Amino acid sequence: MSDFVNSFWSIYVTVISLVSILACGLLLWQQSSHKHSPGKTTGHVWDENLEEFSNPLPNWWRWLFYLTVIYALIYLAMFPGLGSFKGAFGWSSVGQYDAEQKLAETNYGPIFEKYRSQDIKTVAASSEGREMGQRLYMTYCSQCHGSDARGAKGFPNLTDKDWLWGGTSEKIKETLTNGRDAMMPAKGLKPDLTPEQIVDLATYVRSLSGLSKDDGRAAKGKELFAVACAACHGPEAKGVTGVAPNLTDSHWLYGSSEPDIVETITRGRVNRMPAFGEFLGEAKVHLLTAYVVSLGGSEPDPAAAPTANGAPPAPTEAAGK
Amino acid sequence: MLKHETIEKNVGWLIVLTIVAISFGGLVEIVPLFFQKSTTVESELVAKGLVKPYDPVRLSGRDVYIREGCYNCHSQMIRPFRAETERYGHYSVAGEFVYDHPFQWGSKRTGPDLARVGGRYSDLWHRTHLINPRDVVPESNMPAYAFLDRPIKDASAIEDKMRALRAVGVPYTDEEIAGAKKALEGVTEIDALIAYLQGMGTALKQTR
Repeated sequence: MSDFVNSFWSIYVTVISLVSILACGLLLWQQSSHKHSPGKTTGHVWDENLEEFSNPLPNWWRWLFYLTVIYALIYLAMFPGLGSFKGAFGWSSVGQYDAEQKLAETNYGPIFEKYRSQDIKTVAASSEGREMGQRLYMTYCSQCHGSDARGAKGFPNLTDKDWLWGGTSEKIKETLTNGRDAMMPAKGLKPDLTPEQIVDLATYVRSLSGLSKDDGRAAKGKELFAVACAACHGPEAKGVTGVAPNLTDSHWLYGSSEPDIVETITRGRVNRMPAFGEFLGEAKVHLLTAYVVSLGGSEPDPAAAPTANGAPPAPTEAAGK
Repeated sequence: MLKHETIEKNVGWLIVLTIVAISFGGLVEIVPLFFQKSTTVESELVAKGLVKPYDPVRLSGRDVYIREGCYNCHSQMIRPFRAETERYGHYSVAGEFVYDHPFQWGSKRTGPDLARVGGRYSDLWHRTHLINPRDVVPESNMPAYAFLDRPIKDASAIEDKMRALRAVGVPYTDEEIAGAKKALEGVTEIDALIAYLQGMGTALKQTR
Protein backbone atom coordinates (compact mmCIF):
# COMPACT_ATOMS: atom_id res chain seq x y z
CA MET A 1 0.00 0.00 0.00
CA SER A 2 2.37 2.68 -1.05
CA ASP A 3 1.08 3.92 -4.39
CA PHE A 4 -1.75 6.14 -3.21
CA VAL A 5 -3.17 8.57 -5.74
CA ASN A 6 -2.20 11.45 -3.44
CA SER A 7 -0.41 11.96 -0.15
CA PHE A 8 -3.63 12.53 1.79
CA TRP A 9 -4.28 8.81 2.04
CA SER A 10 -0.87 8.12 3.45
CA ILE A 11 -1.43 10.70 6.19
CA TYR A 12 -4.97 9.42 6.74
CA VAL A 13 -3.76 5.84 7.34
CA THR A 14 -0.88 7.00 9.54
CA VAL A 15 -3.01 9.26 11.72
CA ILE A 16 -5.88 6.82 12.28
CA SER A 17 -3.48 3.93 13.01
CA LEU A 18 -1.40 5.87 15.53
CA VAL A 19 -4.38 7.55 17.18
CA SER A 20 -6.22 4.25 17.65
CA ILE A 21 -3.14 2.52 19.10
CA LEU A 22 -2.47 5.37 21.50
CA ALA A 23 -6.17 5.64 22.37
CA CYS A 24 -6.17 1.97 23.39
CA GLY A 25 -3.29 2.63 25.77
CA LEU A 26 -4.95 5.77 27.06
CA LEU A 27 -8.27 4.03 27.63
CA LEU A 28 -6.55 1.32 29.61
CA TRP A 29 -4.65 3.87 31.70
CA GLN A 30 -7.78 5.89 32.35
CA GLN A 31 -9.84 2.83 33.28
CA SER A 32 -7.22 1.36 35.58
CA SER A 33 -6.76 4.63 37.45
CA HIS A 34 -10.40 4.38 38.63
CA LYS A 35 -10.93 3.86 42.29
CA HIS A 36 -11.98 0.31 43.00
CA SER A 37 -13.43 -1.17 46.12
CA PRO A 38 -12.10 -4.75 46.17
CA GLY A 39 -14.55 -7.26 47.56
CA LYS A 40 -17.62 -5.15 46.74
CA THR A 41 -19.77 -5.34 43.62
CA THR A 42 -20.22 -2.55 41.06
CA GLY A 43 -23.86 -2.29 41.96
CA HIS A 44 -25.31 -3.43 38.61
CA VAL A 45 -27.42 -6.53 38.55
CA TRP A 46 -28.17 -8.22 35.22
CA ASP A 47 -30.51 -11.07 34.47
CA GLU A 48 -31.87 -11.07 37.99
CA ASN A 49 -28.74 -12.12 39.85
CA LEU A 50 -25.65 -11.51 37.73
CA GLU A 51 -23.24 -9.16 39.54
CA GLU A 52 -19.71 -7.94 38.96
CA PHE A 53 -16.95 -7.39 41.54
CA SER A 54 -15.35 -3.97 41.51
CA ASN A 55 -11.81 -5.33 41.26
CA PRO A 56 -8.95 -3.61 39.42
CA LEU A 57 -7.60 -5.28 36.28
CA PRO A 58 -4.86 -7.79 37.11
CA ASN A 59 -1.43 -6.20 36.80
CA TRP A 60 0.01 -8.93 34.56
CA TRP A 61 -2.83 -8.36 32.10
CA ARG A 62 -2.48 -4.56 32.22
CA TRP A 63 1.26 -4.70 31.54
CA LEU A 64 0.85 -7.21 28.77
CA PHE A 65 -1.56 -4.78 27.12
CA TYR A 66 0.87 -1.88 27.49
CA LEU A 67 3.57 -4.10 26.00
CA THR A 68 1.31 -4.85 23.06
CA VAL A 69 0.87 -1.13 22.44
CA ILE A 70 4.63 -0.57 22.61
CA TYR A 71 5.23 -3.57 20.33
CA ALA A 72 2.76 -2.20 17.78
CA LEU A 73 4.58 1.14 17.69
CA ILE A 74 7.99 -0.51 17.28
CA TYR A 75 6.61 -2.80 14.57
CA LEU A 76 5.21 0.15 12.65
CA ALA A 77 8.55 1.91 12.91
CA MET A 78 10.40 -1.09 11.48
CA PHE A 79 7.98 -2.51 8.89
CA PRO A 80 5.68 -0.93 6.29
CA GLY A 81 2.23 -0.16 7.70
CA LEU A 82 1.91 3.59 8.19
CA GLY A 83 0.73 4.72 4.77
CA SER A 84 3.62 5.10 2.36
CA PHE A 85 6.27 4.87 5.09
CA LYS A 86 8.48 1.92 4.22
CA GLY A 87 9.75 1.20 7.73
CA ALA A 88 13.29 1.31 9.04
CA PHE A 89 14.09 -2.16 7.69
CA GLY A 90 12.87 -1.26 4.20
CA TRP A 91 11.22 -4.67 4.06
CA SER A 92 8.94 -5.71 1.16
CA SER A 93 7.62 -9.10 0.14
CA VAL A 94 9.23 -8.76 -3.29
CA GLY A 95 12.51 -7.73 -1.64
CA GLN A 96 12.40 -10.81 0.56
CA TYR A 97 11.65 -12.95 -2.48
CA ASP A 98 14.58 -11.51 -4.40
CA ALA A 99 16.88 -12.15 -1.46
CA GLU A 100 15.61 -15.74 -1.27
CA GLN A 101 16.28 -16.19 -4.99
CA LYS A 102 19.75 -14.72 -4.65
CA LEU A 103 20.61 -17.02 -1.77
CA ALA A 104 19.38 -20.02 -3.75
CA GLU A 105 21.44 -18.90 -6.71
CA THR A 106 24.54 -18.73 -4.51
CA ASN A 107 23.85 -22.12 -2.98
CA TYR A 108 22.60 -24.11 -5.93
CA GLY A 109 23.89 -22.11 -8.90
CA PRO A 110 27.35 -23.74 -8.87
CA ILE A 111 25.79 -27.23 -8.74
CA PHE A 112 23.60 -26.53 -11.76
CA GLU A 113 26.54 -24.89 -13.50
CA LYS A 114 28.72 -27.93 -12.87
CA TYR A 115 26.29 -30.26 -14.64
CA ARG A 116 25.48 -27.77 -17.33
CA SER A 117 29.14 -27.71 -18.37
CA GLN A 118 29.28 -31.51 -18.61
CA ASP A 119 27.96 -33.35 -21.63
CA ILE A 120 24.66 -35.19 -21.35
CA LYS A 121 26.25 -38.61 -21.21
CA THR A 122 28.44 -37.67 -18.24
CA VAL A 123 25.50 -36.18 -16.36
CA ALA A 124 23.36 -39.23 -17.10
CA ALA A 125 26.11 -41.45 -15.76
CA SER A 126 26.51 -39.56 -12.47
CA SER A 127 24.09 -40.68 -9.80
CA GLU A 128 23.71 -37.21 -8.31
CA GLY A 129 22.98 -35.66 -11.70
CA ARG A 130 20.42 -38.37 -12.41
CA GLU A 131 18.75 -37.86 -9.03
CA MET A 132 18.53 -34.11 -9.58
CA GLY A 133 17.06 -34.80 -12.99
CA GLN A 134 14.58 -37.23 -11.52
CA ARG A 135 13.36 -34.70 -8.94
CA LEU A 136 12.90 -32.12 -11.68
CA TYR A 137 11.13 -34.73 -13.78
CA MET A 138 8.72 -35.48 -10.93
CA THR A 139 7.85 -31.80 -10.59
CA TYR A 140 7.52 -30.79 -14.20
CA CYS A 141 7.05 -33.86 -16.39
CA SER A 142 5.41 -36.69 -14.48
CA GLN A 143 1.90 -35.24 -14.84
CA CYS A 144 1.90 -36.22 -18.51
CA HIS A 145 4.62 -38.83 -18.94
CA GLY A 146 3.88 -40.59 -15.65
CA SER A 147 6.05 -40.94 -12.57
CA ASP A 148 7.62 -44.05 -14.13
CA ALA A 149 8.12 -42.20 -17.46
CA ARG A 150 6.13 -44.88 -19.24
CA GLY A 151 3.56 -42.39 -20.49
CA ALA A 152 -0.12 -42.97 -21.06
CA LYS A 153 -2.48 -42.98 -24.00
CA GLY A 154 -1.56 -39.84 -25.91
CA PHE A 155 1.58 -39.20 -23.85
CA PRO A 156 4.73 -40.89 -25.08
CA ASN A 157 6.64 -43.50 -23.13
CA LEU A 158 10.15 -42.15 -22.55
CA THR A 159 11.73 -45.46 -21.60
CA ASP A 160 11.36 -47.24 -24.93
CA LYS A 161 13.30 -46.77 -28.14
CA ASP A 162 10.47 -45.19 -30.10
CA TRP A 163 11.12 -41.47 -30.67
CA LEU A 164 8.65 -39.39 -32.66
CA TRP A 165 10.97 -36.38 -32.76
CA GLY A 166 14.34 -38.04 -32.57
CA GLY A 167 15.94 -39.78 -29.62
CA THR A 168 19.43 -38.32 -29.62
CA SER A 169 20.24 -36.21 -26.57
CA GLU A 170 20.39 -33.16 -28.80
CA LYS A 171 16.89 -33.80 -30.18
CA ILE A 172 15.51 -34.57 -26.73
CA LYS A 173 16.89 -31.29 -25.45
CA GLU A 174 15.39 -29.49 -28.41
CA THR A 175 12.01 -31.05 -27.66
CA LEU A 176 12.20 -30.00 -24.02
CA THR A 177 13.32 -26.48 -24.82
CA ASN A 178 11.02 -25.55 -27.68
CA GLY A 179 8.19 -28.03 -27.29
CA ARG A 180 6.60 -29.86 -30.20
CA ASP A 181 3.33 -29.47 -32.03
CA ALA A 182 1.90 -32.57 -33.62
CA MET A 183 -1.05 -32.75 -35.95
CA MET A 184 -2.45 -35.63 -37.91
CA PRO A 185 -5.21 -34.36 -40.19
CA ALA A 186 -8.49 -36.25 -40.06
CA LYS A 187 -8.61 -38.81 -42.89
CA GLY A 188 -5.15 -37.87 -44.09
CA LEU A 189 -5.07 -36.56 -47.64
CA LYS A 190 -8.38 -38.14 -48.59
CA PRO A 191 -11.15 -36.20 -46.84
CA ASP A 192 -13.85 -38.22 -48.61
CA LEU A 193 -12.99 -41.54 -46.90
CA THR A 194 -16.13 -43.45 -46.02
CA PRO A 195 -16.51 -45.20 -42.65
CA GLU A 196 -16.13 -48.52 -44.50
CA GLN A 197 -12.88 -47.40 -46.10
CA ILE A 198 -11.60 -46.22 -42.74
CA VAL A 199 -12.10 -49.70 -41.33
CA ASP A 200 -10.23 -51.09 -44.37
CA LEU A 201 -7.40 -48.69 -43.66
CA ALA A 202 -7.34 -49.57 -39.97
CA THR A 203 -7.24 -53.26 -40.85
CA TYR A 204 -4.31 -52.67 -43.19
CA VAL A 205 -2.45 -50.56 -40.62
CA ARG A 206 -2.96 -53.21 -37.96
CA SER A 207 -1.86 -55.96 -40.33
CA LEU A 208 1.54 -54.25 -40.66
CA SER A 209 2.42 -55.30 -37.14
CA GLY A 210 0.53 -58.57 -37.28
CA LEU A 211 -2.48 -57.36 -35.30
CA SER A 212 -5.07 -58.27 -37.95
CA LYS A 213 -5.30 -60.92 -40.62
CA ASP A 214 -8.31 -59.93 -42.70
CA ASP A 215 -6.43 -60.00 -46.01
CA GLY A 216 -9.38 -58.88 -48.12
CA ARG A 217 -9.90 -55.69 -46.19
CA ALA A 218 -6.19 -55.14 -45.67
CA ALA A 219 -5.60 -55.29 -49.43
CA LYS A 220 -8.26 -52.61 -49.99
CA GLY A 221 -6.76 -50.61 -47.14
CA LYS A 222 -3.32 -50.79 -48.71
CA GLU A 223 -4.55 -49.01 -51.84
CA LEU A 224 -6.18 -46.32 -49.76
CA PHE A 225 -3.03 -45.98 -47.67
CA ALA A 226 -0.98 -45.08 -50.72
CA VAL A 227 -3.30 -42.17 -51.45
CA ALA A 228 -4.27 -40.92 -48.02
CA CYS A 229 -1.35 -41.70 -45.72
CA ALA A 230 1.86 -42.51 -47.56
CA ALA A 231 2.82 -38.87 -48.08
CA CYS A 232 3.63 -38.57 -44.38
CA HIS A 233 3.99 -42.12 -43.10
CA GLY A 234 5.99 -43.25 -46.14
CA PRO A 235 5.03 -45.87 -48.74
CA GLU A 236 6.06 -48.66 -46.40
CA ALA A 237 4.44 -46.99 -43.37
CA LYS A 238 7.77 -46.85 -41.60
CA GLY A 239 7.28 -43.18 -40.80
CA VAL A 240 9.72 -40.30 -40.80
CA THR A 241 11.11 -38.95 -37.56
CA GLY A 242 9.58 -35.56 -36.82
CA VAL A 243 6.92 -35.97 -39.49
CA ALA A 244 4.91 -39.11 -38.89
CA PRO A 245 5.35 -42.19 -36.75
CA ASN A 246 6.30 -45.66 -37.85
CA LEU A 247 3.15 -47.78 -38.13
CA THR A 248 4.89 -51.12 -38.46
CA ASP A 249 6.32 -51.39 -34.96
CA SER A 250 4.62 -52.30 -31.70
CA HIS A 251 4.41 -48.73 -30.30
CA TRP A 252 0.97 -47.14 -30.37
CA LEU A 253 0.58 -43.72 -28.82
CA TYR A 254 -3.19 -43.67 -29.16
CA GLY A 255 -3.89 -47.38 -28.87
CA SER A 256 -3.65 -50.28 -31.30
CA SER A 257 -7.22 -51.58 -31.13
CA GLU A 258 -9.34 -51.23 -34.23
CA PRO A 259 -11.71 -48.66 -32.63
CA ASP A 260 -8.70 -46.59 -31.52
CA ILE A 261 -7.19 -46.54 -34.97
CA VAL A 262 -10.55 -45.86 -36.60
CA GLU A 263 -10.90 -42.89 -34.25
CA THR A 264 -7.42 -41.66 -35.09
CA ILE A 265 -8.14 -41.78 -38.81
CA THR A 266 -11.65 -40.37 -38.54
CA ARG A 267 -10.95 -37.44 -36.26
CA GLY A 268 -7.22 -36.92 -36.64
CA ARG A 269 -4.99 -36.19 -33.67
CA VAL A 270 -3.72 -32.91 -32.31
CA ASN A 271 -1.14 -32.94 -29.57
CA ARG A 272 1.48 -30.73 -28.05
CA MET A 273 4.54 -31.01 -25.95
CA PRO A 274 4.75 -27.63 -24.18
CA ALA A 275 8.02 -25.69 -24.38
CA PHE A 276 9.95 -25.63 -21.10
CA GLY A 277 13.10 -23.78 -22.11
CA GLU A 278 11.95 -20.33 -21.09
CA PHE A 279 10.36 -21.44 -17.84
CA LEU A 280 13.05 -23.82 -16.56
CA GLY A 281 16.20 -22.38 -18.07
CA GLU A 282 18.99 -24.22 -19.81
CA ALA A 283 20.59 -25.76 -16.72
CA LYS A 284 17.44 -27.59 -15.67
CA VAL A 285 16.60 -28.63 -19.21
CA HIS A 286 20.10 -30.08 -19.40
CA LEU A 287 19.56 -32.16 -16.26
CA LEU A 288 16.13 -33.27 -17.47
CA THR A 289 17.59 -34.33 -20.81
CA ALA A 290 20.20 -36.34 -18.96
CA TYR A 291 17.51 -37.98 -16.86
CA VAL A 292 15.51 -38.96 -19.95
CA VAL A 293 18.67 -40.31 -21.56
CA SER A 294 19.45 -42.27 -18.39
CA LEU A 295 16.10 -44.07 -18.76
CA GLY A 296 17.85 -46.09 -21.44
CA GLY A 297 15.74 -45.57 -24.55
CA SER A 298 17.72 -42.81 -26.20
CA GLU A 299 19.66 -43.11 -29.41
CA PRO A 300 23.40 -42.55 -29.67
CA ASP A 301 24.48 -39.04 -30.56
CA PRO A 302 24.79 -38.25 -34.28
CA ALA A 303 28.54 -37.73 -33.95
CA ALA A 304 28.86 -41.40 -33.03
CA ALA A 305 26.33 -42.71 -35.53
CA PRO A 306 25.20 -40.30 -38.25
CA THR A 307 21.57 -40.64 -39.26
CA ALA A 308 20.90 -42.61 -42.39
CA ASN A 309 19.70 -39.85 -44.65
CA GLY A 310 20.83 -36.77 -42.74
CA ALA A 311 17.35 -35.37 -43.19
CA PRO A 312 16.88 -31.70 -42.33
CA PRO A 313 14.82 -30.92 -39.20
CA ALA A 314 11.31 -32.00 -39.91
CA PRO A 315 8.43 -29.58 -40.43
CA THR A 316 5.77 -29.37 -37.77
CA GLU A 317 3.69 -32.31 -38.81
CA ALA A 318 3.96 -35.53 -36.91
CA ALA A 319 1.02 -37.79 -37.09
CA GLY A 320 -0.49 -39.73 -34.27
CA LYS A 321 -0.75 -43.39 -34.83
CA MET B 1 -21.47 12.08 28.90
CA LEU B 2 -22.50 8.49 28.45
CA LYS B 3 -22.18 6.41 31.51
CA HIS B 4 -20.80 2.88 31.40
CA GLU B 5 -24.09 1.68 32.84
CA THR B 6 -26.12 3.38 30.11
CA ILE B 7 -24.12 1.61 27.38
CA GLU B 8 -24.33 -1.73 29.07
CA LYS B 9 -28.05 -1.53 29.64
CA ASN B 10 -29.04 -0.06 26.29
CA VAL B 11 -28.57 -2.50 23.42
CA GLY B 12 -29.01 0.23 20.78
CA TRP B 13 -26.08 2.22 22.14
CA LEU B 14 -24.04 -0.94 22.44
CA ILE B 15 -24.59 -1.80 18.76
CA VAL B 16 -23.87 1.72 17.51
CA LEU B 17 -20.71 2.16 19.54
CA THR B 18 -19.44 -1.34 18.69
CA ILE B 19 -19.84 -0.55 14.99
CA VAL B 20 -18.00 2.75 15.45
CA ALA B 21 -15.18 0.95 17.28
CA ILE B 22 -14.66 -1.79 14.72
CA SER B 23 -15.10 0.51 11.72
CA PHE B 24 -11.66 2.00 12.33
CA GLY B 25 -10.09 -1.19 11.00
CA GLY B 26 -12.06 -0.92 7.77
CA LEU B 27 -11.41 2.82 7.46
CA VAL B 28 -7.69 2.18 7.55
CA GLU B 29 -7.44 -1.14 5.74
CA ILE B 30 -10.23 -1.08 3.15
CA VAL B 31 -11.14 2.50 2.22
CA PRO B 32 -7.61 3.54 1.11
CA LEU B 33 -7.50 0.56 -1.30
CA PHE B 34 -9.86 2.49 -3.55
CA PHE B 35 -7.36 5.30 -3.81
CA GLN B 36 -4.31 3.38 -4.97
CA LYS B 37 -2.78 3.59 -8.40
CA SER B 38 -2.63 -0.20 -8.66
CA THR B 39 -6.41 -0.43 -8.31
CA THR B 40 -7.52 2.70 -10.14
CA VAL B 41 -5.06 3.27 -12.97
CA GLU B 42 -5.01 0.91 -15.97
CA SER B 43 -2.45 -1.77 -15.23
CA GLU B 44 0.65 -2.10 -17.34
CA LEU B 45 -0.40 -5.63 -18.30
CA VAL B 46 -3.69 -4.31 -19.67
CA ALA B 47 -2.00 -1.44 -21.47
CA LYS B 48 0.33 -3.89 -23.21
CA GLY B 49 -2.62 -6.08 -24.17
CA LEU B 50 -1.35 -9.00 -22.10
CA VAL B 51 -4.42 -9.12 -19.88
CA LYS B 52 -7.63 -8.99 -21.89
CA PRO B 53 -11.28 -9.39 -20.95
CA TYR B 54 -12.41 -13.03 -21.13
CA ASP B 55 -13.85 -13.94 -24.52
CA PRO B 56 -17.28 -15.65 -24.42
CA VAL B 57 -15.82 -19.17 -24.48
CA ARG B 58 -13.34 -18.52 -21.67
CA LEU B 59 -15.96 -16.65 -19.70
CA SER B 60 -18.25 -19.67 -19.94
CA GLY B 61 -15.37 -21.90 -18.90
CA ARG B 62 -14.78 -19.67 -15.91
CA ASP B 63 -18.43 -20.04 -14.97
CA VAL B 64 -18.06 -23.83 -15.17
CA TYR B 65 -14.98 -23.51 -12.95
CA ILE B 66 -16.98 -21.55 -10.39
CA ARG B 67 -20.08 -23.76 -10.65
CA GLU B 68 -18.09 -26.94 -10.09
CA GLY B 69 -16.35 -25.40 -7.11
CA CYS B 70 -12.83 -25.85 -8.50
CA TYR B 71 -11.74 -23.03 -6.16
CA ASN B 72 -12.42 -25.32 -3.21
CA CYS B 73 -9.30 -27.32 -4.03
CA HIS B 74 -7.31 -25.10 -6.40
CA SER B 75 -5.92 -21.66 -5.66
CA GLN B 76 -5.02 -19.08 -8.31
CA MET B 77 -2.47 -17.12 -6.36
CA ILE B 78 1.25 -17.76 -6.51
CA ARG B 79 2.93 -16.15 -3.53
CA PRO B 80 6.37 -14.58 -3.83
CA PHE B 81 8.20 -17.54 -2.33
CA ARG B 82 10.89 -19.44 -4.16
CA ALA B 83 9.24 -22.78 -3.40
CA GLU B 84 6.16 -21.58 -5.29
CA THR B 85 7.77 -19.79 -8.20
CA GLU B 86 10.07 -22.76 -8.89
CA ARG B 87 7.06 -24.99 -9.31
CA TYR B 88 4.46 -22.69 -10.81
CA GLY B 89 6.23 -19.72 -12.35
CA HIS B 90 6.16 -15.96 -11.76
CA TYR B 91 4.33 -14.89 -8.61
CA SER B 92 0.88 -13.37 -9.10
CA VAL B 93 0.45 -9.60 -9.30
CA ALA B 94 -2.63 -7.43 -8.81
CA GLY B 95 -2.89 -6.29 -12.44
CA GLU B 96 -3.55 -9.84 -13.64
CA PHE B 97 -6.94 -9.97 -11.97
CA VAL B 98 -8.53 -6.76 -13.21
CA TYR B 99 -11.18 -8.60 -15.23
CA ASP B 100 -11.89 -11.28 -12.63
CA HIS B 101 -15.24 -10.54 -11.02
CA PRO B 102 -14.87 -12.09 -8.55
CA PHE B 103 -11.27 -13.31 -8.51
CA GLN B 104 -10.69 -17.02 -7.93
CA TRP B 105 -7.67 -16.79 -5.66
CA GLY B 106 -9.08 -19.49 -3.42
CA SER B 107 -7.74 -20.23 0.02
CA LYS B 108 -6.82 -23.87 0.00
CA ARG B 109 -4.70 -26.20 -2.11
CA THR B 110 -5.85 -29.76 -2.15
CA GLY B 111 -4.75 -29.74 -5.76
CA PRO B 112 -1.99 -27.55 -7.22
CA ASP B 113 -2.23 -23.83 -7.81
CA LEU B 114 -3.62 -23.00 -11.26
CA ALA B 115 -2.60 -19.37 -11.66
CA ARG B 116 -0.04 -20.23 -14.37
CA VAL B 117 -1.52 -23.43 -15.74
CA GLY B 118 -2.11 -21.89 -19.18
CA GLY B 119 0.13 -23.60 -21.75
CA ARG B 120 1.74 -25.92 -19.23
CA TYR B 121 -0.19 -28.92 -20.57
CA SER B 122 -1.67 -29.79 -23.93
CA ASP B 123 -5.41 -29.51 -24.56
CA LEU B 124 -5.44 -33.30 -24.86
CA TRP B 125 -3.95 -33.61 -21.38
CA HIS B 126 -6.64 -31.37 -19.90
CA ARG B 127 -9.39 -33.31 -21.64
CA THR B 128 -8.04 -36.69 -20.54
CA HIS B 129 -7.40 -35.37 -17.06
CA LEU B 130 -10.84 -33.79 -16.62
CA ILE B 131 -12.61 -36.89 -17.90
CA ASN B 132 -10.66 -39.14 -15.57
CA PRO B 133 -7.65 -37.69 -13.71
CA ARG B 134 -6.33 -41.20 -12.96
CA ASP B 135 -5.71 -41.81 -16.67
CA VAL B 136 -2.75 -39.44 -16.57
CA VAL B 137 -1.94 -39.06 -12.87
CA PRO B 138 -2.60 -42.42 -11.19
CA GLU B 139 -2.07 -40.99 -7.69
CA SER B 140 -4.58 -38.13 -8.20
CA ASN B 141 -7.58 -37.77 -5.88
CA MET B 142 -9.37 -35.22 -8.04
CA PRO B 143 -12.97 -36.10 -8.94
CA ALA B 144 -13.71 -37.04 -12.55
CA TYR B 145 -15.62 -34.46 -14.58
CA ALA B 146 -16.59 -36.62 -17.55
CA PHE B 147 -20.11 -35.19 -17.47
CA LEU B 148 -18.81 -31.81 -18.66
CA ASP B 149 -18.67 -33.21 -22.18
CA ARG B 150 -22.05 -31.65 -22.98
CA PRO B 151 -23.30 -28.38 -24.48
CA ILE B 152 -22.93 -25.31 -22.26
CA LYS B 153 -25.89 -24.93 -19.90
CA ASP B 154 -27.92 -21.75 -20.50
CA ALA B 155 -25.53 -20.53 -23.16
CA SER B 156 -28.17 -17.93 -24.02
CA ALA B 157 -27.37 -16.06 -20.79
CA ILE B 158 -23.92 -15.12 -22.07
CA GLU B 159 -24.97 -11.69 -23.33
CA ASP B 160 -26.51 -10.77 -19.99
CA LYS B 161 -23.40 -11.99 -18.19
CA MET B 162 -21.19 -9.83 -20.39
CA ARG B 163 -23.45 -6.84 -19.87
CA ALA B 164 -23.33 -7.37 -16.12
CA LEU B 165 -19.53 -7.51 -16.25
CA ARG B 166 -19.48 -4.36 -18.36
CA ALA B 167 -21.45 -2.64 -15.61
CA VAL B 168 -18.61 -3.38 -13.19
CA GLY B 169 -15.89 -2.18 -15.51
CA VAL B 170 -14.98 -4.87 -18.05
CA PRO B 171 -14.71 -3.04 -21.39
CA TYR B 172 -16.79 -5.31 -23.62
CA THR B 173 -17.92 -3.63 -26.82
CA ASP B 174 -21.46 -3.93 -28.18
CA GLU B 175 -20.14 -6.03 -31.09
CA GLU B 176 -18.43 -8.45 -28.72
CA ILE B 177 -21.63 -8.89 -26.75
CA ALA B 178 -23.70 -9.27 -29.92
CA GLY B 179 -21.37 -11.98 -31.24
CA ALA B 180 -21.16 -13.89 -27.97
CA LYS B 181 -23.96 -16.38 -28.57
CA LYS B 182 -22.51 -17.31 -31.91
CA ALA B 183 -19.09 -17.88 -30.38
CA LEU B 184 -20.57 -20.49 -28.05
CA GLU B 185 -22.23 -22.54 -30.80
CA GLY B 186 -21.10 -26.13 -30.65
CA VAL B 187 -18.81 -25.50 -27.68
CA THR B 188 -19.05 -28.04 -24.89
CA GLU B 189 -18.53 -27.23 -21.23
CA ILE B 190 -15.28 -29.16 -21.21
CA ASP B 191 -14.04 -27.18 -24.27
CA ALA B 192 -14.88 -23.92 -22.51
CA LEU B 193 -13.20 -24.98 -19.29
CA ILE B 194 -10.05 -26.03 -21.15
CA ALA B 195 -10.02 -22.70 -23.01
CA TYR B 196 -10.28 -20.92 -19.66
CA LEU B 197 -7.47 -22.99 -18.13
CA GLN B 198 -5.22 -22.56 -21.16
CA GLY B 199 -5.54 -18.78 -20.95
CA MET B 200 -4.69 -18.62 -17.30
CA GLY B 201 -1.66 -16.66 -16.15
CA THR B 202 -0.04 -16.32 -19.55
CA ALA B 203 0.43 -12.55 -19.12
CA LEU B 204 3.55 -12.87 -17.00
CA LYS B 205 6.39 -15.20 -17.84
CA GLN B 206 9.28 -16.15 -15.65
CA THR B 207 12.38 -16.20 -17.74
CA ARG B 208 15.85 -17.30 -16.83
